[in-house]
Amino acid sequence: MTPLTIADKIFHSRLFTGTGKFSSGQQMEEALLASGSGLVTIALKRVDVQNEQDDILSHLAHPQFNLLPNTSGVRNAKEAVFAAQLAREALETNWLKLEIHPDPKYLLPDPIETLKAAEELVKLGFVVLPYIHADPVLCKRLEEVGVAAVMPLGSPIGSNNGLQTRAFLEIIIQQSTVPVVVDAGIGAPSHAAEAMELGADAVLVNTAIAVSQQPVQMAKAFKMAVEAGRMAYEAKLAPVGITAHASSPLTAFLDEL
Amino acid sequence: MSFIKIFNQLNWDEIKESIYAKTASDVERALMHPVRSLEDFKALISPAAAPYLEQMAALSQRLTQKRFGKTIQLYLPLYLSNECQNICTYCGFSLDNPTPRTTLTPEQILKEVEVIKSYGYDHVLLVTGEANKTVGVDYFKEVLQLIRPYFSHISMEVQPLDRQEYEQLIPLGLNTVLVYQETYHQEDYKKHHPKGKKSNFAYRLETPDRLGKAGVHKIGLGVLIGLEDWRTDSFFTALHLQYLERTYWQTKYSISFPRLRPFSGGLAPKVDMSDRELVQLICAYRIFNEEVELSLSTRESQHFRNNVVRLGITSISAGSKTDPGGYASGQQALEQFEISDERRPTEIVQMIRNQGYDAIWKDWDNVLG
Repeated sequence: MTPLTIADKIFHSRLFTGTGKFSSGQQMEEALLASGSGLVTIALKRVDVQNEQDDILSHLAHPQFNLLPNTSGVRNAKEAVFAAQLAREALETNWLKLEIHPDPKYLLPDPIETLKAAEELVKLGFVVLPYIHADPVLCKRLEEVGVAAVMPLGSPIGSNNGLQTRAFLEIIIQQSTVPVVVDAGIGAPSHAAEAMELGADAVLVNTAIAVSQQPVQMAKAFKMAVEAGRMAYEAKLAPVGITAHASSPLTAFLDEL
Repeated sequence: MSFIKIFNQLNWDEIKESIYAKTASDVERALMHPVRSLEDFKALISPAAAPYLEQMAALSQRLTQKRFGKTIQLYLPLYLSNECQNICTYCGFSLDNPTPRTTLTPEQILKEVEVIKSYGYDHVLLVTGEANKTVGVDYFKEVLQLIRPYFSHISMEVQPLDRQEYEQLIPLGLNTVLVYQETYHQEDYKKHHPKGKKSNFAYRLETPDRLGKAGVHKIGLGVLIGLEDWRTDSFFTALHLQYLERTYWQTKYSISFPRLRPFSGGLAPKVDMSDRELVQLICAYRIFNEEVELSLSTRESQHFRNNVVRLGITSISAGSKTDPGGYASGQQALEQFEISDERRPTEIVQMIRNQGYDAIWKDWDNVLG
């Protein structure tokens, strides 16, 4: 499996993980270690950055975990830029998962505010990974302002409904010049494998691991699924068609003339 | 348009009759639908749903874990004042209740804050009676400025205010406002609130609209269970929730389930609600609305709270004192109602862990607005 490069970092795992919804900090740590993930997103609103004993941060103190603070909870570009600056200062990273969802019910991202914020944050030196709808035009606009990757949703966040936006993800993957990380909605390892087979550069998974009966085992299952999906993509999948291809073609006699 | 226009088109008795007319097949349909309507909610809170309680609990648990994970948030009420100009027949703060009155000074508040912070709390709920002249918007401004450095999330459960007043408080750190309608039964509401500003049913009913227009982050709804038929009151709460979610779509919502508790000299509940029925209601809300936060206070017993944290509840209080100054003084003299679960916060956290859940102290940050 070829490693993935985003901005100045190389990732040997294409599975990115989240830190919410686990039944304890200890269980989160064990699951994330089992996942092999090298990029872990954390909600600024959940951590106490002043406290070294913070239950989330203290369990992420492993060299393989690169922290990706997110702006979950902000409702517009102004709040996002403010939160990003605080995250950079507190967690000493300029990496940022830009999330602007003014709708607290379905947590759907606001495309207009996201584009505004991304443009400003790139100028301020952030490595911006925006969480967005599977909107191919928005992805191109975000590329133009300089984001490091795009993170389109597979289906509504936390829904575990898989790649319901598949047709749009295919377009995004086909025309993107930055890595595409499928985020939100991935509820089963088979969904992750499907995204990787499509050619996504990585997937981000949280709920499906945290809420399963055995998070550590599920994290391993996702690790394997992402690897399998990527290997299949790199090996080039056999074409799919509805017509039969005869092993002895009907027109072969023409070559004999 | 505000909610009152929708409310005025409905008739309490007709709604009540339609809830009690629901059948087993209505309940089964409600459980099978992927998205539940208000008619489905009626079926889920109806007597016909009682035999389906285990099925409802399993579904509620699954939906709650999907949305909120295995986590329970913790908050603590801070009673600032028991001064009140209202007569409420069920409340220890009622004007006609001859209890000593007090409003905390900044020094007293900081003493309370010190104790609350020592427990580990990061989310505080400010509570007062309704005494606008002494405990009005100027007092609230002072308190918010005083305590904001200590908490990442501040909620208020005080008298309803005007939109402009909320707009002044939000930039000072007000995140959430809880405003219970007490009952949606308009005539009984008047009987329970015969004097004071609170007797204005319409002003109270339109408070969430004013909050939504002011742009508050979260609005808490609920009725006081025991005043009237809980099924009908809960239907109106769900209707109110649905209207608010569609109108003020950037706001979060929570529901609480305060059951009428004894206080010194108070009213006995008109309607009893059993533990089994409260579980039915909690599960019905979750099945109706996967995203709404459901909160349970220390009014409920240890045994009940130990078990419902797994069924749909997303936040609880622990170690509550319902008298102003109660944390620092350790007295229980001026309380609003008697609490039922008196365990310390550390014991509640252990209980949450024993149930396989994580206790969350912080889920907001005041830099987020």
